[in-house]
Order: sequence, then structure tokens, then C-alpha cells
Amino acid sequence: MKQRGRVTMEGSEAVASIAFKASEVIAIYPITPSSGMGELADQWASEGKKNLWGSVPMVAEMQSEGGAAGALHGALQTGSLCTTFTASQGLLLMIPNMYKIAGELTATVFHIAARSLAAQGLSIFGDHSDVMAARSTGWGMLFGGSVQEAHDLAMVAHAATLEARVPFMHVLDGFRTTHEINKIEPLEESDIRVMLSDHLVRQHRARGLTPDRPMIRGTAQNPDVYFQARETVNPFYAALPGVVQSTMERLAVLTGRHYHLFDYIGAIDAERVVVVMGSAGETLEETVKALQARGEKVGVVRVRLFRPFSVQHLIAALPPTVQQIAVLDRTKEPGGAGEPLYQDVVTAVMEGMRNFNTMPQVIGGRYGLSSKEFTPAMAKAVFDELKKPNPKNHFTIGINDDVSHTSLEVDTAFNLEPADQVRAVFYGLGSDGTVGANKNSVKIIGEQTELFAQGYFVYDSKKSGSRTVSHLRFGAQAIHAPYLIEHANFVAVHQWGFLERIDVLQVAQAGATLLLNSRFAPEALWDELPLPVQQAILEKQLKVFTIDGDKVALETGMGNRVNTIMQTCFFALSNVLPKDQAILQIKKSIEKTYGKRGAAVVSKNYAAVDSALANLFEVSIPPYSSSQKHLLPSVSSGAPLFVEHVLGEMIAGRGDLLPVSAMPIDGTYPSGSARFEKRCIADEVPVWESDLCIQCGKCVLVCPHAVIRAKVYEPNLLENAPKDFKSAGAMWKEFPDRKYTLQVSVEDCTGCQLCVEACPAKDKSNASRKAINMAGVQPLLEAERQNWDFFLSLPELLEQRQPLHFNNVKNVQLLEPLFEFSGACAGCGETPYLKLLSQLFGDRAVIANATGCSSIYGGNLPTTPWSFNKHGRGPAWSNSLFEDNAEYGLGMRFTLDQQGKYARDLLGRLRDQIGAPLVDELLNANQDSFEEIEAQRARVDTLKAKLETVKLETLHGAEVQDLQSLADALTQKSVWIVGGDGWAYDIGYGGLDHVLASGANVNILVLDTEVYSNTGGQASKSTPLGAVAKFASGGKAQPRKNLAQLAIEYGSVYVAQVAMGGNDAQTIKAFQEAESYPGVSMIVAYSHCIAHGIDMTKGMNQQKLAVLSGHYPLYRFDPRLEKPMQLDSKAPSIPLRDYRQNEMRFKVLMQSNPEAAEVFLHDAQKAVQSRWQELERLAAVSHPHETAISADD
Amino acid sequence: MNLSTSYLGLKLEHPIVPSASPLSKNLDSIQQLEDAGASAVVMYSLFEEQISLEGQALDFYLNHGSESFPEALSYLPDLQQYNISPDAYLELLTAAKRATRIPIIASLNGVTTGGWIEHARLIEQAGADALELNVYTLPGDINLSGKDIEDRLLEIVREVRGSVSLPLAVKLSPFYSALPNLAMQLSSAGADALVLFNRFYQPDIDLELLEAVPALQLSTSEELRLRLRWVAMLHGRVPLDLAITGGVHTHQDVLKALMSGAKVSFVASEFLQHGIKRLRQMVSETQTWLEAHGYSNLESCIGSLSHRHLTDPSAYERANYLKVLDSWQGVTARV
Repeated sequence: MKQRGRVTMEGSEAVASIAFKASEVIAIYPITPSSGMGELADQWASEGKKNLWGSVPMVAEMQSEGGAAGALHGALQTGSLCTTFTASQGLLLMIPNMYKIAGELTATVFHIAARSLAAQGLSIFGDHSDVMAARSTGWGMLFGGSVQEAHDLAMVAHAATLEARVPFMHVLDGFRTTHEINKIEPLEESDIRVMLSDHLVRQHRARGLTPDRPMIRGTAQNPDVYFQARETVNPFYAALPGVVQSTMERLAVLTGRHYHLFDYIGAIDAERVVVVMGSAGETLEETVKALQARGEKVGVVRVRLFRPFSVQHLIAALPPTVQQIAVLDRTKEPGGAGEPLYQDVVTAVMEGMRNFNTMPQVIGGRYGLSSKEFTPAMAKAVFDELKKPNPKNHFTIGINDDVSHTSLEVDTAFNLEPADQVRAVFYGLGSDGTVGANKNSVKIIGEQTELFAQGYFVYDSKKSGSRTVSHLRFGAQAIHAPYLIEHANFVAVHQWGFLERIDVLQVAQAGATLLLNSRFAPEALWDELPLPVQQAILEKQLKVFTIDGDKVALETGMGNRVNTIMQTCFFALSNVLPKDQAILQIKKSIEKTYGKRGAAVVSKNYAAVDSALANLFEVSIPPYSSSQKHLLPSVSSGAPLFVEHVLGEMIAGRGDLLPVSAMPIDGTYPSGSARFEKRCIADEVPVWESDLCIQCGKCVLVCPHAVIRAKVYEPNLLENAPKDFKSAGAMWKEFPDRKYTLQVSVEDCTGCQLCVEACPAKDKSNASRKAINMAGVQPLLEAERQNWDFFLSLPELLEQRQPLHFNNVKNVQLLEPLFEFSGACAGCGETPYLKLLSQLFGDRAVIANATGCSSIYGGNLPTTPWSFNKHGRGPAWSNSLFEDNAEYGLGMRFTLDQQGKYARDLLGRLRDQIGAPLVDELLNANQDSFEEIEAQRARVDTLKAKLETVKLETLHGAEVQDLQSLADALTQKSVWIVGGDGWAYDIGYGGLDHVLASGANVNILVLDTEVYSNTGGQASKSTPLGAVAKFASGGKAQPRKNLAQLAIEYGSVYVAQVAMGGNDAQTIKAFQEAESYPGVSMIVAYSHCIAHGIDMTKGMNQQKLAVLSGHYPLYRFDPRLEKPMQLDSKAPSIPLRDYRQNEMRFKVLMQSNPEAAEVFLHDAQKAVQSRWQELERLAAVSHPHETAISADD
Repeated sequence: MNLSTSYLGLKLEHPIVPSASPLSKNLDSIQQLEDAGASAVVMYSLFEEQISLEGQALDFYLNHGSESFPEALSYLPDLQQYNISPDAYLELLTAAKRATRIPIIASLNGVTTGGWIEHARLIEQAGADALELNVYTLPGDINLSGKDIEDRLLEIVREVRGSVSLPLAVKLSPFYSALPNLAMQLSSAGADALVLFNRFYQPDIDLELLEAVPALQLSTSEELRLRLRWVAMLHGRVPLDLAITGGVHTHQDVLKALMSGAKVSFVASEFLQHGIKRLRQMVSETQTWLEAHGYSNLESCIGSLSHRHLTDPSAYERANYLKVLDSWQGVTARV
């Protein structure tokens, strides 16, 4: 066996590198956490990398996982070697094809980044729920537990499938293995060639359909033969375990790494054995070794091949001495006799009972759902449970189940962290580059030294101001620790604010080094630390170092990125490498990473490295704590109990400690909770200049986070105002004597500056001063906090019963937003539309939200931005899936219509009891304005009161009770179907089309970022020609789909294309018209996005350029009108180039392939002109009325 | 008659040269310039600062939002290469040299001393026939004196001169307080030619938006006179070739430039506005005029109306200013 090199890589790369070499056709669709594998395959193909046979695999992005599976099925049936990468719901969408592929005995491998399924809530994190839902498809299932194992077993899967003719799911744990960086010995191309038999490849090809040897496959079969035909495959499944084992042995000959279908590790006379699959096997293996060293008779069976389940091999792997077996499942099957692996092991033990000295007792338990930690202490707890006379069956481990009492106690003092290992934990911001630098450090140490290295990274669920925690291990021994560091000997806090909000030192072990990025001088730093931090430093005898990393970053041109500075300090303090060597390696790595971005980028990073050490100081620690500062509360005062005690604990990073009883039973959470999570992430916030303000409301409209609000109110209400509270005379003819205030919630602001950019009012003697300007937050914080509270106490406009038309920006600013403080990106282009929706219709809106950015910032725990007004009314919001959202919303409409119909019917039936006048009013009321809806609500209240008086014993008792439960259905509701372009243009298009054709009174809002934003910028069918995106790295070669135009074709759908930055008044008009239209309405809303690579402060200006250039023409198609098409933007007046050159998604191609960029630009410019001509033609056409359908028809 | 002239030691068929502009941004258009009769081409400027800023912008946007959110660890694919380097410029220069027979003069705008030197060397290696240093700065720093600015300019020229053996032209702005003295010093520092003057794109003010807005305005013949004066003032007094850029639109402009002392006239706006075909027309019209007016060669024309050949040299000096004022007073009086 030859000496092999070691490489440091992520699990995703370890798997994709094999899959790419072994495949000809790769059909993909992005889904976390598998997207990285698909992106690598796409990147390699675009770089011209070749597979084993010397050709570049075809990598195709499909419209859904179902589409990917269908395409693969076709490619397989015509003889290609195929693969894909998926997870979670994506795998579920593939299941129908998977049955076919297996039934047709087709060789292929799907690599699955195993992830939770959406049940009571969606989770992007890792467990085996998805693959277990696919276990009956007839596919082989191989599980790797580490980066190396995933690499090796990917190879085994690709080799075995060709020989066995049974398709394989190769499973690795989502995030834990896909996203862990570890040092592995990769297979070389020559190894892969040995593993994959050309002969078998040709046989596979020969089975492909071809008109040169015509045959048919995919027949429909009748009761006479289907059953027998189903049984024909048995010999293939019977042979499969042998095939897999022999393939593993061939791999072992090449690599020296031995795998078995069931790997047993532990005492040969073990009495207690745990059976497990996936990464937890690594933890159990290490734990077993430690317990064995203490003399305990324990062992672990690591299941590699789960399907087909080889009873014979499992029994052979178990020691005959075993008396107790615990089976760990990383999934939950409610209502089952136990989880899948448990059930299989029970069956196997029964079938193989004569092999044991005594019949072993088998218990099952669940662990690790949604990447819940599984630590050595938990592994030990399972072994300890097996010692008990009556061990708990169907237990859980890793949580506190105080409802069903399934959970096991864990001795948290038990740990396996070796003394000679460097374990470093870094707290950073997403934007400061901490994670990137740490990945880099793992690479440097892993590849430039003999040391082993591991990196794993934890992110929070916010897209702005998000916190990252990096866990890095380095040591002389291979690292098998797929769990977070609990005993760090190095802790770095890259943002001072974390010290004040979370317990960052909990992970620090005694004597650890603490590195702080602080603006305080070393001698002044101690006094600035909160008391718990001081106490922890003293108690754990930490050595503390500090650097003003922000200052160094600023001085060296690094902006807010302290990454290389803190990385240099880490190397200087941790002694993993000699200092000089470390600096040399950091610089080499800077050159490698940033070299292609130009010499200036490299040199500023060099400067940052060179300046770091001169600014690093040790802090002398006094013998006692003295601070008066305490950690800040996780939620603001006045929060409801649930928010404080449940959501607040999640915010504080203690969600793992919440017991089962704290959780809502059915995934229902209160709305309006984001207002209590004061994140204070902005360094600069807008400040209102009341003397300059023209009260136009543009800043309020564009604010993505609803932190800028306006109210008009009676002057006497200012009597109790805080002294700094600002006001001006209201500039409305309807409010001649009232006051106006524009108030900013500085604690919720992200500092995005869209408001300042939107402000049209300038100081005539100093044009740089607008009516709203950015200023440092610190001096403002306390006063503005009070001002905000006072502002909230002022009455909302609608409470003042002042009739006003909400068809313009100025008036709309006075409506209360019921969507506030979301975790969306600073300067998000989507959220202003949602906020507007919530202002105009929020108190009666039911929202179906497709999975994507909007479902994450809208519904990711801990808090939700969807809110409610003082009457308790607000948007009722729900996310079903990615692909079904249009249908989901339509179903909501069905209910509302049906309930409304029944309620009206009941009114008729109970006319005598209720009284005819009220019934008639209820039945005939207009509900077109806020006032009319309020009047109807009042009637409904009267109705309810009246119904209370009706005796239930009467003949109509049941009907009265029914009407009581349905009375609210008499008030108009507004159904909104919301999602991004990934949903509307791609995965959900079939359903969307059906809803467009339904005539139902629903409103569809497409937040069109022209790219899959939430999963990291993959091309969608909305991506414009020539834009660079993932899966279109050479520039998208096809023009974008014209979704709005397709909807217009129906003739019966209200369609608007809007861009708030292009024409805000038109946007408002479109929302109002869409909602009022008594049929299907669709608004396609241009949303600038961080994935465009733009200056986000100028997002609205980019929208304007998109409109002016004709890239995004504005129009409304209203079937109610004689000439339904109304053009709201003018003919293209600037070249498309002027719009595109501000966006990196276009510019990057101008830099990397200018000739192609020019061709794309030329073609896109031509398309702009012809599309405009087509729009003008449409605008001149009168509507064929007979095709218009309304709900009243 | 023969219109040939020499500039920077290069033999040119005639004195009309397309100057640095978008017309030299790709090989096709450089070839078109040759086909249209250009006697040489000045390539568009290699801006060190632009390369640096583009690199930093790319770095910023590739990093922006990355490694923050678990589903989107990046938003744009990181491509294999971005041409954030002088490579594209140098490749075009080499290709232009290979594809044409006329001299190719490179143009460079540096930021750092190291940048000037490094890029000048690369340009020389890429095969340029000469190098024009496009010293385009706006000295907004209140602590910088005029002397500081001149010293910095001289240092650049000295450093570049010490690094390359290419003929060296320096393109200046008109805002130096003592141009003749500076010209002498530039000559001592190693410059071979002066190109007068750089045109700055002056921002405009949008009265409605109360904003300064970038405005690109092509030159007009009106701008020629400032250049004529200074070339005339320098001709024969400094050991430098002189060239005029800015305001040359017609054959009359070319003739004036020649008579004031410029060996070549650089033209861009005229070609951008009316096409490259104007080049041949201007050459032919210049030739016709000279022949009609009895000139036997170009040499005799160059500098014929420079400061030292003028019967009334004060026309280029302060008195000139006074006369102009007088004439305007006359106009006012008549009104």
C-alpha cells in the first residue's frame, strides 16, 4: 500500500469529489445542507474538470428535486452514470422516481445530507428523518460517520451499485459531516479507477434504452403478474450485502481502511452494546474505548449498510456475551412500535437468538434530532442506563422530556477531551470574517503540519448581525469528535457586545487563554467587563489578551473585517505553530485565497497581519471582581411570559436546556415577538431632522425593518413626552392642527441606510444634510429608547377614526406596520413589500408563505416579525412547504369561502331569531375600505351578542352554536400567497399556474430577487441573461422567464409588475388594486438582494435603474378595465449597461470573461427593446370582456 | 508633401495621433485606427487605482453576507480568475503590437511609486514603443504645497526613467503654477516629451437634486487655445518634444498646434463624435492647406508661431489678457 497524502476538506467536498469522478450526468436542485455538494460539482464542471473517463460531466440544475429525480431516471434509463445530492423534503420529492429506479434494477447513487423533515416546524439541521422516510424504496443505504468515512463509503456506493444493480442512498449527517472540515486521506484517481469496473459500466450502458435495440420499460401490469414481477428482484437484494462487503474489502486493500456492514468496536466479552448509525458512531466509538479502559464490558455496533438489512451480518458482529443492547435512532416515527433501526435490530436478535449465550434485552432510544448535540457524556448515559435492572425503553437522550419522561439523565462532568489538544472557540459576527479566517487556519494547520485539524461552525438564524461560533480542534492524534467543544483552552471574542449578552466563557476550561477584540486600552479593560465575565476569568484563572482589532482593521484598509488580525493573534497565542512560520503560512494562504482578487487585496491583508502583533497586549488581572455591570436581559421588559421564559432562553443561547413542556405542542407560536428581541446591531442609526422633513413618508415606506414610523396626533398628547422627543406640525390638510413625529427604533435598526438614500429633502444651505441622516448610536441609545416607548403609546391613525385614502406614500406611512424587526439582511429589498402588505391589509390577512428567505426571516425561531394591532388583529401566517405554496393559499381561500357561505346560510336560517335588519345588513354590507370593514366587525359583534341571548335548547340550538363559531367569517379576509422567484418561477410554478387559472379571490406576491437567495444565490428561471449565479457561473445563458406576461395570457388575472424603488406610488396602487380585484391577482415585485452583489444602501436606486433601463418595466394589467394594460414606466431611457455595471452578478463576468459579458449585454439590450415594444402593443389593446372572470360570476 | 514628423524618437507618417480613449480598448478598434490612417496610437490608460479599487470591490462583494447564515455561506460563485491585474491591458498591448505596424504608445496612471515602476516595466516588457505618464491627480490635501506636488511628479518621472528605457512622455494638467520651470525639471528628470493638457471630467451640479453629478463632456476647439499658448511658450526653450491634446477637431486646429510648436496633435473627441473616418480627412486637409500655402515640409511649420518666433511675443503673455479685456469693454460699450 502506498504512502498517501492528507488533505483538509469539508465533508461535502469529500463526497462530491468521488461522485463527480464517477458520474456522467448530475442533475441537481439546491437544498440545505446538500447544496454545497451540488455547487462544487457545478464549479468543477464549469472549470472543465473531468470524470474518470475523461469527459466533463453534464451538471444540470432542475426546477425541483422531483425534476432532478425525473431527469436522472431518464438519463439512467438511457445508460448514463448518474448522481445527485439532496436532503430532507428534496429527498421526499424524489421518492416516486426512486421506487421506479429501484424496481428497474438501475445502478445509481444519490448522496444525501441527512436532514430533519418539516413537521411541527422546518429545520435545516441534521438527522435521519428524511432517509428513514425513503427506506422502503428498495435502495441500498450506506451511512458514513465522518468526513473520511463519507469519502470512502461514497466510493463503496458507486462501486457496489454497478455490481449489484441496486441503487444506493449514500448518507452523511447534514451539517455535522457535510460542513465539518477534517483531515483525510483522499482516494486518488487511480484508486477510483480500480474501484469502478469499466466492464460493469459498459453493462450499465448496454441496459440503456436505444432505438437501435428497441424495448419498452415501464409497463402497466395487472393483478395476474404484478406480484410475481415484484418478487423477481429478491436475488439481487440477497446478494447485495456480499457485494458491499467485498467492495469494502477491495477498498481496504487499496487504503488500509477496513469497513464492514456492521463494524463492532469494544470488548470481545461485552455485555452492553449500543447500535448506531452516522456520526454518533464516532462519539460512541471513542466513549467505548474510554469506558473499556476503565474495565467496563461495553461495545458499539456501527451500522454501515442499513438497507438491505443483513440480519446475519449484524448477529455475527454482536459479541455472543451481549446481554443488553440499546439501539439509537436519529429520527422519530410517531406511533411506531419503535424507530426503524430499533425495530430491525429487535427482529434480527429474535431471528438470531441462538447465537447468544442468553437472549439479550433490546431497548431503543432517540437522539440528535435536528443536529441536537450527542456528546460522550450522553453516550455514557446510554451505557449507564443499560446497567439498570429495568432500563428505560423508547428513551430520549440529549433533551429534558418532562412530559413523557423519556429522557435519560446525563453526567455532564464526563468528557473525553484530551489534554494535549488545542481546542479553540471563536465568537464572531458573520460580517467580520471570523469563520472564513478559521476555515483558513484549519487548512493551514491541517496541510502545513503533521497535526490533525477539525473545524465546525455554528451560525444563528438571522441574516443581519448574525453571530457565528467556530469550534476548532488541533492535535497529534486523529480527531473523532463530532460534537461542539465544551472545554476550550482558547476562547476568542471578536465582538465586545457578546460579552454583555451571552455567557461566552462557559466553554473555557481552567487556565485557558481568552483573546478579546476591544477598543479599551489593556489597563482600562478590566473595569469595562461585566461582572460574570470578571468572575469567570478569576475562577478559571484565564490569561487575557486584548487587541483593538477594529482600529487595526480600519488603519489597514480592512474595514470591519477583523478576521486576519484575530487569526494572527490566535496563532501568536496558541503556539500551534512557531510564530514566524505561522505568519508565513497565513500570508501564503492570503495569497492563495485573495491573489486573484488583485494585489491591493493581498497587500491590505498582509498589512493587517503585520500590524496585529504590535497591537496585541496581555491584560493584567486584579485579584478580585469589581464590576457593577451585569449581562443584558435577552428580551426587553414587558415581554409576555412565554416570550421571556421560552423565546428569551433561545435568544440567550440556552434553548437546549428548555424542557419538552416548554414547547407548544403543535408548532403554534405567538406572533409579535420580534419587538422584544432588542438586538442593537447597528453602529449608526438614522436621526430625524424635523425642521427639514417634508413628511413624504418615503423613509417609512422603504425601511425594511419597520424601525422608522410616523404618527399624527393631537398636540396635547405631547404633555408627557420625554424631553428629547421631536415633533413638527403635521402637513396634511385633513389634520390642520395636529402634530407629526417620525420616530426611529434605534435598538431594532440594522443601520442599512435605505431611509437616508430615499429621503428627498435636503438642507438648502448644506446639501449633505437631509431630513434623515445617520449618526453614531451610542450617545442616542438611552434617549431614543424612551422616545420609542412614548411614540408607541401615541394612538394609531385608525384609532383616530380619520378617513384617509391610502393610495399614496404620504398617507400609507401613518398605517401601523404588522411586520416588524425581522432578521432579514440589512437593506433587504423584499421586506418593504411585506411591511406594506401588513399596513394595508394586515388586520385581515391570511398569509401562505413559501419556504425561502421570507419564511426564514418571517418564521425562524426564536422570534417572529409578524405582529398584531391593539385589537389583537394581525396577519395569520403559515409556511407549508417550498413547492406547494400556491395550493396551500388556495386551500385557505376554500375554507374562508366555504365558512363564509355557511355563515351566510345560517344567517338566513336564523333570520327570525337574529332579526331581519341585522341579517340583511350583515349580508349586504360593502367591505371595501377600512371604515366599512370596521362597521362589519361591529355588526358581527352585535350578532355574537344577539346569539348569546338565543336559547340553545330551541330547535335551532346547533345552528346558533355553529354561527357563533363562524361569525367572524362574515368579515372579509384577504388571502395572500407569498414567496420568492425560486418558488414562483421554478418549484411551485405548476401549482401557481393552477391557482392563476382558478379564478379564486387570492392575491399572490412574488418577491422577485431573480435568484435563489435563501440557499445562497443559485440561478432560478428569473435570473437574467448573462447574470452570474451558482449553477450559472459562466453567466446565465437563457433569458429570464416572463412570469407576469404568462399570467396576463389568462386575461382574467390581475397582474402587476412593480419595483418600489422605481415607482413607490405605483407599488401602492398595485397592492390596493390587487386586493380589491375579486379574482386572482399577482404582483411580481422586483426585490434587490444581497445575492446581486450590490451596495445594499443603494438598493432602491438599483431598482430605479432596473426600471429606467427597461430591465424591469412597470405595469398593471387590470381585467376590469376596457384597456386593461397600463404602462407605469416609460420607454427604456438609459442603457442596460448603466444598471448592470453596479451589480457584481453582472460585473464579475465583465471581469472574468469580458467577451461573453458583452455578447450577453448586447442580446439583453435587444430583448429589452423588443419587450418594451410588445408592452406598448398590449397597452393599446382593448380587453375581450368575455374572458374576464370574477368571483361573483 | 511629406507630412512625416518625429515624436519621442518615433517616426510618424503625419502628426495626427488618436489619443487615449475608448477607441483603443480592444484590438479590433486599434486595427481600425491603423486602417483609418493613424500614424500611431496612444492606448487608453492603465489605471493602477482602478485595478486596486476593482479588486477591493470584488473582494468586498464576494465577502459581503458570506459565512453568516447557514443556508447561504456565500452568494456568488468564486470564479477561477477575474482579470483584476494589468494582464488584460498588457495582453492587448502585445496583441496590438503584433497586429499593427504603427507605433503603440502605452499610457499609465499610477498611485504608488512602486505601482508606477512595476507597471512601467510590465508595459516595456509587453512591447510598447513609448510610454505616456498620465499624471492625473487632484491635489485636494490642504497640507500639500505646489512644490510638494511638483516634487512628487518629478520623483515619479525619475523613478520610472530609472526603471525603463522606453521613450517617456509626461501628460500634464494645466494647473501647475510655473510650467516652464517644471518642464525643465521634467526634462532633467528624464522625460522626453510633454503632452499638454490633460482634460479633467468636471462634475456638474443637479439643481433639483442638489447633488454633484459626474458629467462627461467631449472637448471643443475652444479648449485648444490654452494649449496653443503653453506649447508656444515652451517651444524651443525646453529640450522636450511637445504634443497637444484636447481641443483638436479640425485641420485648422492641427495646423495651429504645429505652428505653436507641437510635433503631434492628439485627437479623441472628434473621432468619438464623427467617426474614425475623420482622421484621413484631417490629414488630407492639413496637407492641402500646407501645400496651398507654400510649405515644403512639416518641419518648417512646427513652431513657426511659437513664442520665440513671434514678432509680438506678448501675444502669449500677460498683455494678451489685457487686450482681450479691452475688446470686451468695447463690446459692452456698444451695447
